[in-house]
Amino acid sequence: MSTALAGMAGGRADSTGARFGRGTAWLLLALLIVATIFPFYWTLRTGLVTNASLFESTTDKSVIERILPEDPTTVNFRRVLGQATDEEILEATGRTNSASFDYLTAMKNSVIIATFIAIGQVFFSALAAYAFARLRFPGRDKLFFLYLTGMMIPPIFVLIPNLLLILGDFWVFDANGHEWLDWVPGYDASSRTFLLGRLPGVIAPFFFMTPFAVFFLRQFFLGINRSLEEAALIDGASHFRIFRSVILPIARPQMITLGVLTYITAWNEFLWPLVVTQQFPEKQPLTVALGVFTTQQPGTQPDWSGLMSGTLLAALPVILIFMIFGKRLVDSIQFSGIK
Amino acid sequence: MAATTSERPKGAKLNLYGGWRAAWPFLLPSFLGFLFFFLIPSVRGIYLSFTDWNLIANDGDWVGMENYDRMVDDPLFWNAVKVTAYYVTLNIVTQTILAIMIAVAMDRLTKSSVVRSVIMLPYLIPNVVVALIFVWLLNSNLGIIADLFSFFGIDSNYFAGPDAVIPTIAGINTWRHMGYTALLIFAGLQTIPKSLYEAAALDGASELQMMRNITVPLLRPVLALVLVITVIGSFQVFDTVQVATGGFGGRPGGPGDSSRVIYVYIYELAFGRNELGRSSAIAVALLVFLMFVTFFQLKILRANESDLA
Repeated sequence: MSTALAGMAGGRADSTGARFGRGTAWLLLALLIVATIFPFYWTLRTGLVTNASLFESTTDKSVIERILPEDPTTVNFRRVLGQATDEEILEATGRTNSASFDYLTAMKNSVIIATFIAIGQVFFSALAAYAFARLRFPGRDKLFFLYLTGMMIPPIFVLIPNLLLILGDFWVFDANGHEWLDWVPGYDASSRTFLLGRLPGVIAPFFFMTPFAVFFLRQFFLGINRSLEEAALIDGASHFRIFRSVILPIARPQMITLGVLTYITAWNEFLWPLVVTQQFPEKQPLTVALGVFTTQQPGTQPDWSGLMSGTLLAALPVILIFMIFGKRLVDSIQFSGIK
Repeated sequence: MAATTSERPKGAKLNLYGGWRAAWPFLLPSFLGFLFFFLIPSVRGIYLSFTDWNLIANDGDWVGMENYDRMVDDPLFWNAVKVTAYYVTLNIVTQTILAIMIAVAMDRLTKSSVVRSVIMLPYLIPNVVVALIFVWLLNSNLGIIADLFSFFGIDSNYFAGPDAVIPTIAGINTWRHMGYTALLIFAGLQTIPKSLYEAAALDGASELQMMRNITVPLLRPVLALVLVITVIGSFQVFDTVQVATGGFGGRPGGPGDSSRVIYVYIYELAFGRNELGRSSAIAVALLVFLMFVTFFQLKILRANESDLA
């Protein structure tokens, strides 16, 4: 195969040892790619057949014979999307009411959450990054260092305090209701459901900044040539003007990359939205809805084909984004080194 | 023209760069976010760890060191420490070794961005999704990987047992992270001059010698950073455990106590048992511990020095 060719193409690397090395390396990479793709393929394949067919083929057939789906059907995907009739559901699952979660609502919640977080976080972090990279003010480096220490904080450490904040307990050392906060929309000191079970509650902690986003953008802004800005400054342009007309256009690709990464991170978030929306099914993003749905599945004979269809659909948006921006994301690793 | 620029008084030039008057509108939104969701919660987290806070009553009294005393005497806490350490060791060792192998192989064979994209893909998929896919693949009756293992004589019920749960979760997360980690290392490999390998090859050095004498020493700063990031992340495993062990009639952290890692225990104390004070005390301990881990790792691995001088 190409192993031998590659070995020879290496020129000096034509000793048996080197060729063996290259062969092993190709084999390793090929195995890796199969191991990466296979679980996704198998999930798809599971979603394309009925539960009954899954059970039969496992008992009757060898692993190799099972690779392709038998009598593929889209009924499971339609079930998840709420597009299947009762007869179809009965036929596919053997049950009259297959438990499910409202996929489209969860999808909508995930889209809203991830979009708001990506836009807010990147924009506000870019503003801060501009100040740290371009302006001079007393205490600048101390403040930047303070932001950076935020990177060290494990999310679970601030989980409970942030939940108390979402419940409307603004005052650090005294949690009982404060009438003076009545003007805040949705605030009700007695019921304590300020942002609990609401999308703004899921979005808020990630909306204004993350230390990483500020760090990433500051690093990039520092590398932008200053001469253009200095000319504009001498001509009397304001810093907002420079931020908008000089920095933003130049940094656009990096900000899109960061935005895509932030979007995916927000989409994948589980712990925080779980805490905020656990008791509010209609406000759960896909990750939480799927996680909660799993806990309601029976230990024996769960609805695997339905579950795998839902699982794949929950990852589908990420896979699509990845197909569009994959190269950009991979290249950004070269740039940032981290994340 | 040049003369006029240099004659401008110093103060005027400084003015171009603002001062607080120009800086505050840029900083205000991010500072509010930092204040409300990082700084205040951190102070409050420490405060809570000295109280017996109750989420339902939303009240608690100052109890001094009691939560910390109970933590030290709590066998379940030490079990969580042990389980987490076991997980981190397995996960980091397999993930790092595989990532280095992949990175070196890619460095030799291909710079294709398609290959790089494919191996990054699992890292971008939600943990919840990854956990569910593998629960299915490893299912003792119908799972295809469990079936493959039974071909090699491993009982297909093995993955459901208490002894296998942590190695299995470590394996799942190795699958999710090794490609991404490999890309970080691959980026580091690009900084090593190719001429060093050519010179070594001319002198008749073997692959293994080059690996030991060129690659590893010159990669050390990158490897140090990668290890800090992955180790810190590994200690914070939660989603995979919660979903893989909590679904299908199971209990998060099960079977028994066998997969109750530190994050799951903190979560359980807070939201399962409403003991927010004890929960916060363990979170404080975790924070302090992770800071030490970061500090010592960077010290031991001398992250800021390169041998490429």
